Amino acid sequence: MSPRGDAAGEGLSAHPSNVPLAIHDLTVAYHRKPVIWDVDLNIPEGKLVGIVGPNGAGKSTLIKACLDLIPKTSGEVAIYGKSYRSQRRMVGYVPQRESVDWDFPVSALDVVAMGTYRQLGWFKPVGRKQREAAMEALDQVGIAHLAKRQIRQLSGGQQQRVFLARALAQDARVYFMDEPFAAVDAATEEAIVRLLQALNERGKTCLVVHHDLATVSSYFDWLVLLNMRVVASGPTRETFTAANLEKTYGGQLNLIDDAVRALRNATD
Amino acid sequence: MSWSTFDTWIVVAGALCAVACALPGCFLVLRRMSMMGDAISHAVLPGLAAAFLLTGSRTSLVMFVGAAIVGVLTAVFTQWISRFGNVDRGAAMGIVFTTMFAVGLIMIVQAADRVDLDPGCVLYGALELTPLDTWRVAGLEFPRVVGVMAVITALNLGVIAILFKELRLSTFDPGLSDTLGFSSQLIHYLLMTMVAVTTVAAFEAVGSIIVIAMLIVPAATALLVTRRLVPMLVIACGAGVLAAAAGHWMAVAVPAWFGADATSSSGMMAVASGLIFALAWLFGPAGGLLAGIFHRPPDGRSITNNET
Repeated sequence: MSPRGDAAGEGLSAHPSNVPLAIHDLTVAYHRKPVIWDVDLNIPEGKLVGIVGPNGAGKSTLIKACLDLIPKTSGEVAIYGKSYRSQRRMVGYVPQRESVDWDFPVSALDVVAMGTYRQLGWFKPVGRKQREAAMEALDQVGIAHLAKRQIRQLSGGQQQRVFLARALAQDARVYFMDEPFAAVDAATEEAIVRLLQALNERGKTCLVVHHDLATVSSYFDWLVLLNMRVVASGPTRETFTAANLEKTYGGQLNLIDDAVRALRNATD
Repeated sequence: MSWSTFDTWIVVAGALCAVACALPGCFLVLRRMSMMGDAISHAVLPGLAAAFLLTGSRTSLVMFVGAAIVGVLTAVFTQWISRFGNVDRGAAMGIVFTTMFAVGLIMIVQAADRVDLDPGCVLYGALELTPLDTWRVAGLEFPRVVGVMAVITALNLGVIAILFKELRLSTFDPGLSDTLGFSSQLIHYLLMTMVAVTTVAAFEAVGSIIVIAMLIVPAATALLVTRRLVPMLVIACGAGVLAAAAGHWMAVAVPAWFGADATSSSGMMAVASGLIFALAWLFGPAGGLLAGIFHRPPDGRSITNNET
């Protein structure tokens, strides 16, 4: 392999450094069975991006492959024109809530402060500056008063907000969020939407794995429809069409019905 | 009963073993890898035997290095088998450590006439004999085991103090740890090295079975008392020290009530830590039985969903 060959591959050098996420020919397979297949994506800066598709469409896999959390079978991912490894400080990640043990002995504030660890680097302990940043992030998601709680003593929605506050504390330019809206209460859903809009106003890019077709067009201005392959990607207004949804959810009749109903609601 | 300096040294040696084990033990329990201590403490046996057979010496440094290497290999093999063999991690651990323990036993039995390694000693240790083998440093005479365990305890304390934030992050959320640039693999192997070195060092004094009790029981006890990480580490160490003192006292005093001779101190230390765990299970404020009856701790799922 030539020096820096991975990042300088032909597919990536073509992507300018102002594109938050460029994916070229990405395939990921588990046990030789492809989960996502030949994905090409270009996400423009400053968009709220919904990633939508049926169960098993590879939405989480796509995010994890972008963040090097699972190996790529082939293809390349560029964050602002370079490989993820050299762009870590640009990226914030909100994993699925079930991915951690909520009985773990940490407080909400401890978890949010983890977002500042990269700036700290190895060996340096969390100080007052980091705690203040974490407190501010908790305040932005409206649960500063719960900072000292052990995380099990929070409701599901509050736990989700802790994760979002942690991503805020990372102070990234592009955020990857894996189903932040899954099983949260109405107040949390509102808080997440407000947060996404606030990030959007600051010019950040957010990629959000999302399930609820009814809210797609009001939450996101860019849409990626995924079912193993990218069915469509573009401004929500152009992409969120019955034809595209049928292609994405093909065969799952009741889901198509839901989708069409959602579409009707959206255009009303 | 009469308490001699002998008894004091036995308690000090036991307490240092307990503290040295409880520190990495807390992270094993939190990573739901309690059995890893079990696996490593058994699997080091072929390392001990091989080190002896290769060098013919029983100096502890050689044995120590041999066993520590094999201990880390256990963690590596377990990782490989579970990843490439597509086997559950617990099963992979079972495959590795039983195989290695068996190999170690065969090596010891085969070389029995030449090797002064007694399987009984391997299992239960020889805590009662530790005051006989002493070091003299700067005019101070103390049992060798106390010196070794003091060094190991200081090392473990140092590693945890320096890497506290990294250990907490990678234990709680390995995915985030990786994305932030703190390799969770690297930290995993560091912790495994710590467990291997600690079990090998403590194992000479208290044996391979008791080491497991000292790794896991105080940590599990502390988790019933607190839901904070630093207090958990402190309480685990405290529970370990208490178990060491109470255990030795029980080993000497209790059989005397029935006119019997003193029994195994390390064995009684494990029993004592079990009793302390039972007390914490009954009365512990964080997940104890009575706490659950009289003061239902706020449970995330039972909080009404629209509370903000």
